[in-house]
Amino acid sequence: MATEAPLPTTEARPDHLPSDEPSYLAPGHSFRTVTDKISSIVLARPTPAAWLICFAINLALLMLLAYAVVYLLVRGVGIWGINIPVAWGFAITNFVWWIGIGHAGTLISAILLLLHQKWRTSINRLAEAMTIFAVMCAGLYPLLHLGRPWFFYWLAPYPDTMGLWPQFRSALVWDVFAVGTYFTVSLLFWYMGMIPDLATLRDRARSRFAQIGYGILAMGWRGSARHWYRFETAYLLLGGLATPLVVSVHSVVSADFAIAVLPGWHETVFPPYFVAGAIFSGFAMVLALCIPLRFFYGLQDFITDNHLDAMAKVLLATGFLTSYGYFIEQFMAWYGTNPYERSVYTNRAFGDYAGIYWTLIFCNAVAIQILWFKRMRRSPLVLLFVSYLVLLGMWLERFMIITSSLHRDFLPSSWGVFRPTFWDYATFAGTIGLFFVLLLVFLRLLPMISISEMRALLPGTHAHEEGR
Amino acid sequence: MTQPRPIYGLMAEFKTPEQILAATQAAHAAGYRRMDAYTPYPVEGLAEELDLPRTRVPMVVLIGGLVGAAGGYFMQWWAAAHDYPLNVGGRPYHSWPAFIPITFELMVLVAALAAILGMFFLNKLPEPYHPVFNVPRFDRASQDRFFLCIEATDSHFDAVATRALLQSLQPVGDVVEVPY
Repeated sequence: MATEAPLPTTEARPDHLPSDEPSYLAPGHSFRTVTDKISSIVLARPTPAAWLICFAINLALLMLLAYAVVYLLVRGVGIWGINIPVAWGFAITNFVWWIGIGHAGTLISAILLLLHQKWRTSINRLAEAMTIFAVMCAGLYPLLHLGRPWFFYWLAPYPDTMGLWPQFRSALVWDVFAVGTYFTVSLLFWYMGMIPDLATLRDRARSRFAQIGYGILAMGWRGSARHWYRFETAYLLLGGLATPLVVSVHSVVSADFAIAVLPGWHETVFPPYFVAGAIFSGFAMVLALCIPLRFFYGLQDFITDNHLDAMAKVLLATGFLTSYGYFIEQFMAWYGTNPYERSVYTNRAFGDYAGIYWTLIFCNAVAIQILWFKRMRRSPLVLLFVSYLVLLGMWLERFMIITSSLHRDFLPSSWGVFRPTFWDYATFAGTIGLFFVLLLVFLRLLPMISISEMRALLPGTHAHEEGR
Repeated sequence: MTQPRPIYGLMAEFKTPEQILAATQAAHAAGYRRMDAYTPYPVEGLAEELDLPRTRVPMVVLIGGLVGAAGGYFMQWWAAAHDYPLNVGGRPYHSWPAFIPITFELMVLVAALAAILGMFFLNKLPEPYHPVFNVPRFDRASQDRFFLCIEATDSHFDAVATRALLQSLQPVGDVVEVPY
């Protein structure tokens, strides 16, 4: 609007900024344009056709999930390919994969907040939403895998009439607490960060229904300096709490394996190896979501090529950490001279599942090497392709760890091969549908980029995020 | 002269963060204490200009974390070593290393709940009605404008002098009354 004062815009970069620092917001924006552009996606612009098509496809997959779950409840876990010796199969593979994807969201929202990384601002809301939906998908699997999912509440410590308690020495019970805490904290962090934006939507909404709906969610937020002061303190403290939490969650997940005496699982490298792999796969998912979204919604001003570049660097670094895990596993098996351990690792590379092993090595260790080149890091198509490869590779890695370790343990008489059934695939495809249905609803109803933090990102705004 | 209708305060609208910081500073220097600034994002330095006391949110979080850790550990000790001692592979009933992960998780959980609920409680949210919302242009406070409101309950408040002070700070348009 011409009548609006052109105050502060990104063209007026203050002198104290180093000129070589990459810009994470396209020039020419003001408080008003940032607010307009992000809130109009929810309030004003019509639903894009691509949204409807994606929603239809994913809703169909969600229906498939409902069908698969009902059939599972009727028939039991025998509809899956799991059996002895491979009792964990797809369910736990998918659990570990999904929860790992969630970790990038917390890394972006919490760890990068503490590190004052400006580029987190335009992707943290989306990444946090991704975390919550991924943890929802993850949480389904252990519950369905219980055998009698309707007794899931036995996992909770409550004074029951049987006089029994959960076995607190078991890593599987640690998992319940870790994932439960992770989900709760992520959800609260996400909601709290959204309150100022919900107030913006409340004040901009035209329809009475939207005004009341966003008004209730905004809790009467009025932007008072007293409120902001406590809000920022609480937000920073939550970032500090979520940082060790995210490291602990995948460490506890890795303990599900590492605590067991099974060769191929009983490894001290597992916690850091799992955490690195989690962030690796999560950043791949963030890229796989950001690139189409910024294209379809025209958000190149906010999610710039510099963002893609930064994320690609994280992808490359965590890819190396994960590759170190693959290397040290093999090395320790050789160096440790334990015949069972050696046999498992030889079997991984040359046994029944060798194809999976070498595919994941290609996806996770070799394909990412292209990201050394700056031009590749700034090419959305290349990044999209690499992130798909990484997502595939990380899924195969989880599958490899579970299946290849279980299918041949100490006794040759109890060896076997895992073969997934239609229902294994249907449940997995179904949770992908669940994830995207939730994500698409989020995109339609809530601001996918934090508006208040984007305002603060403008130069000359006297905010913590400004000009760093 | 009839008694004027009671008002919540007087409000001025500003365009830039520099202006709201300067206005808050000027109002504070003039002796006003019961006032608040309303901004579309957290403006650094406003808390200092308003002379706000240190927030109690960190203390609430610390207490939450300690309660969570102590409660979590006690629950596990009570269940595994006291109420239903179960011999697992000859390990001690009070096998404290195995209790650490859940102790940690519950510490984070309770501390995080304390951070958010404590922030809401201290901010007195949810608060669906507040007099400042009666100002027609106040919807810009969540978008692109900065507001300063000096409340009528301030001991220095004077309908004429306070208005003159705010008007001298070059707000957008006129200083407006905030009705109840």
